Amino acid sequence: MEILVCARRVPDTSENEIEMNGAGDDIERDDLVYSVNEPDNYAVEEALEIVERTGGTVTVVTVGGDDDEEILRREMAMGAKNGVLLSDDDFNGADGRGIATILAAFVKRGHYDLILTGVQAEDGAAQVGGMLAAMLDYPFASLVNAIEVQHGKLKISREIEGGSKEINEIDLPCVLSIQTGINEPRYVGMRGIRQVASIPIPTFGAADLGVDGDAGPAAAKVKRMDYFTPPLGKGAEMLEGSTEAIVDSLIGLLKAKGGLN
Amino acid sequence: MVEAIESPSQATYWFIQGRVLFWIINLLGSACFAYIVAKRTVPLIRGQRDIRFDRPFIRLGRLLQYWFGQWRHPRYLTAGVLHILFFAGFIVLVIHTVALLALGTSAHATATGGLYGAISDYAATVVFFCMMVAIVRRILKPARYAVPARYGKAHTADAIFLLALIAVLMAADSLFEASRAAGHEPLAVMSLPWMLQGALAAAPLAVLANLCLGAYLVHELTFFFLLCYRPFGIQFHVETSLFTVFFAKLDRGTVKPVRWGVPDEQLDQVKSFGVKTFEDFTWKHMLDFYSCADCGRCSDQCPANAVGRPLSPRFLTIKARDYCFQHFPVWGKANNGHPLIGGIYSEDEIWSCTTCGACEAECPLLVEYIDKIVDLRRGMVDDGKVPQSLQKPLKALESRGNPFGKMEKKRADWLKAKDFQATCDVKILNGGHNTDTLYFVDSITSYDDRIQAIGRATAQILNRSGEDFGILGAAEKDSGHDVRRFGEETLFMALREHNTEAIKASGVQRIVTSDPHAYNALKHDYKDVPPVEHISELIARKVHAGDIKLKEVEDVNNVYAYHDPCYLGRHNGVYDAPRQVLDAIPGLKRVEMRRSRDRSFCCGGGGLALFYEPKEDQRMGVKRVQMAAEAGANVIVTACPFCMVNMEDAIKVTGMEGKMTAIDLTELVEKQMR
Repeated sequence: MEILVCARRVPDTSENEIEMNGAGDDIERDDLVYSVNEPDNYAVEEALEIVERTGGTVTVVTVGGDDDEEILRREMAMGAKNGVLLSDDDFNGADGRGIATILAAFVKRGHYDLILTGVQAEDGAAQVGGMLAAMLDYPFASLVNAIEVQHGKLKISREIEGGSKEINEIDLPCVLSIQTGINEPRYVGMRGIRQVASIPIPTFGAADLGVDGDAGPAAAKVKRMDYFTPPLGKGAEMLEGSTEAIVDSLIGLLKAKGGLN
Repeated sequence: MVEAIESPSQATYWFIQGRVLFWIINLLGSACFAYIVAKRTVPLIRGQRDIRFDRPFIRLGRLLQYWFGQWRHPRYLTAGVLHILFFAGFIVLVIHTVALLALGTSAHATATGGLYGAISDYAATVVFFCMMVAIVRRILKPARYAVPARYGKAHTADAIFLLALIAVLMAADSLFEASRAAGHEPLAVMSLPWMLQGALAAAPLAVLANLCLGAYLVHELTFFFLLCYRPFGIQFHVETSLFTVFFAKLDRGTVKPVRWGVPDEQLDQVKSFGVKTFEDFTWKHMLDFYSCADCGRCSDQCPANAVGRPLSPRFLTIKARDYCFQHFPVWGKANNGHPLIGGIYSEDEIWSCTTCGACEAECPLLVEYIDKIVDLRRGMVDDGKVPQSLQKPLKALESRGNPFGKMEKKRADWLKAKDFQATCDVKILNGGHNTDTLYFVDSITSYDDRIQAIGRATAQILNRSGEDFGILGAAEKDSGHDVRRFGEETLFMALREHNTEAIKASGVQRIVTSDPHAYNALKHDYKDVPPVEHISELIARKVHAGDIKLKEVEDVNNVYAYHDPCYLGRHNGVYDAPRQVLDAIPGLKRVEMRRSRDRSFCCGGGGLALFYEPKEDQRMGVKRVQMAAEAGANVIVTACPFCMVNMEDAIKVTGMEGKMTAIDLTELVEKQMR
């Protein structure tokens, strides 16, 4: 099976202290460290596991600049055969629909049986997967947490709020957005990345993809107006008293807030 | 009518002359043994390179101490003394046995006699009775001999069979001596041959003659059967231990290179890292598998085993040996192997080790474990098989130089504590200074809220004792000590390269650290950096010189127990400095825990071990805190930031808050400084 995984490079929330910049229109980007968006990493692992079972290749694609090559290499070190960078000055400032347009144009150039995205980007809006499917006229399922390959079809499990699961059958080709926890992504060390460091990564621009003017900021229909850190709330409530009393009141609170049935 | 007892070489056994029969047995037995040994050598030849021929005189010295001198045996008194006795017996009997074998092949050969003869009679007696005791011990076994179901079946029957064969050998030897002496030659009083001689006093000469020949044949057959059977089980160490001890690792605290003989800069060309299949082990590590005597001392000392983690060093070896024997059979060709992880070992098993070294400190045969664990981990890291709990800290170490993912620029923020900054000015060395000493802080002391206090206490001690020192601040990265021991060699090398350059650029003459893991890394893993000292050594030195004066303890009711951190004690032999410092505090009452010094019990592990989520029944720290309580202590003094984290957690888990406290040596000394 030929699988395409759409991945994205994001500031790693566990290794950065995110602060607003002086202008208040973005986060402070000096001194940030980046990594592959976590759900996308699960999507790549899932693609690799499918290919290990059924054969085929995994291609990872991202829309971005030269810096974003780093995540393609990381995913290639993980086992993806190809990495593709979709890069053009015109792409800067694209909204979700713009990104989906660029990706759709790339998908049409090849033959992919399955397209995976992470359930959402850590700095995104969980919209690209669905729009990409619509543009390609492919079936789409979100929040997928298990995949079983059948003849020309997939049996997938979706996570439903409250912990329930729903099992669906979906025709190929299709687009799935992958939930974290679907697998345990393998480790990629520096050595693995070094081994793929010299593999050339093909880059396609707006003209190559035929999306001139369709995806840039001019085409964006959603525009960011503000960006801020919400003021701190009241803070934590400290439970006091004996251990039994604390446990009792904690259980009471959890029940009241719907955390326990 | 028999007039005299014939020599076995001259006697006739079932129409065959003894000389011919024993030549055949000797040749067949020797050929068979040679064939088996050749087959057992095949995996060693296919194994990886290992440089073990260096420093031959040191090796010879260790051979004398640990092999000939049985140095570590008395650590387990009963079993140890028993072993020393029959080992001495075997050594004595070597010449006797060779002479005895020769006796059957030539009429001119003479058996040993005189004083040596008497001594060998006693030796045979000692070995015989030791075997009886050893057999009883295999039946009424000490707890450490038990084999949990998950590790396979016990080799009890085999062990008893082998011990019984030795007893038969000794009995046959003694019976031969007794019947040959035939009542007229005096034998060593109270020896087994002497006893048998007494029992046979009334036997007619013909019976004695037959007994003599029969005993000789039994001895001959048993000897060669044993020789050829031992390479199939736990007694193979009789043959291999000499080599295992001679080739044993000399440099404690170090980790073997990824591939012996491949320089670091060429490592990128190595296709596969670590041990994935059996053939990836080095020949010495395979030899270790052969030499294990299944005595169970390693696992008896192993903290991971003690808290129910799925790891037992003993079975790490036994499983590998069983696999090796099946993979490289004596009859037939080597069959297709399979990966070790998922085969004989589980991932959790290999991650469960804290590399504390208790097993290696105990093994009488100096079998190595840490290098094998690290090599197996290197293989797993190379294949991407790393638990999710370790992936985050490893990624953070790669991008931020510390496992917590904190910002580099905040690495020296521990200096900013209010009371501290006013009393202690710490230089951040960036090349412009002419400072003698670098305090290498390392990640946990730099970033952990609780452990930062150890950093401040260390700085205060250095400052107040007149040391000219500074820190690297943001230019310091994690020492990488446990990155290496968790199998991420490439990341370790990057961290080492960065720190080595930063240390060199600082222009310091020496390094001091309060973290035994950093200490071990800088001392053994780094090259070309100035000499490094642990803070406890520096304090002991300064106390001795009078540069640090300590006042009387305030609470005279406190009882202190010192917990030896693995990487200070076992891996570097620093046991006395911290104790001397404690004993220099007037009025301080100190007790020793049941397990201390080189038998110290690991707190749960440092570095990445703090992040690993093991499957275990209880925490190692909990056991350790209980040991301190048993010793009558209410204050645990340690000298390692990771021990502090684990001890304080364990005190909370056991509900001993208020009854037990943990304090770092530096914190105590700072408090007691005048």
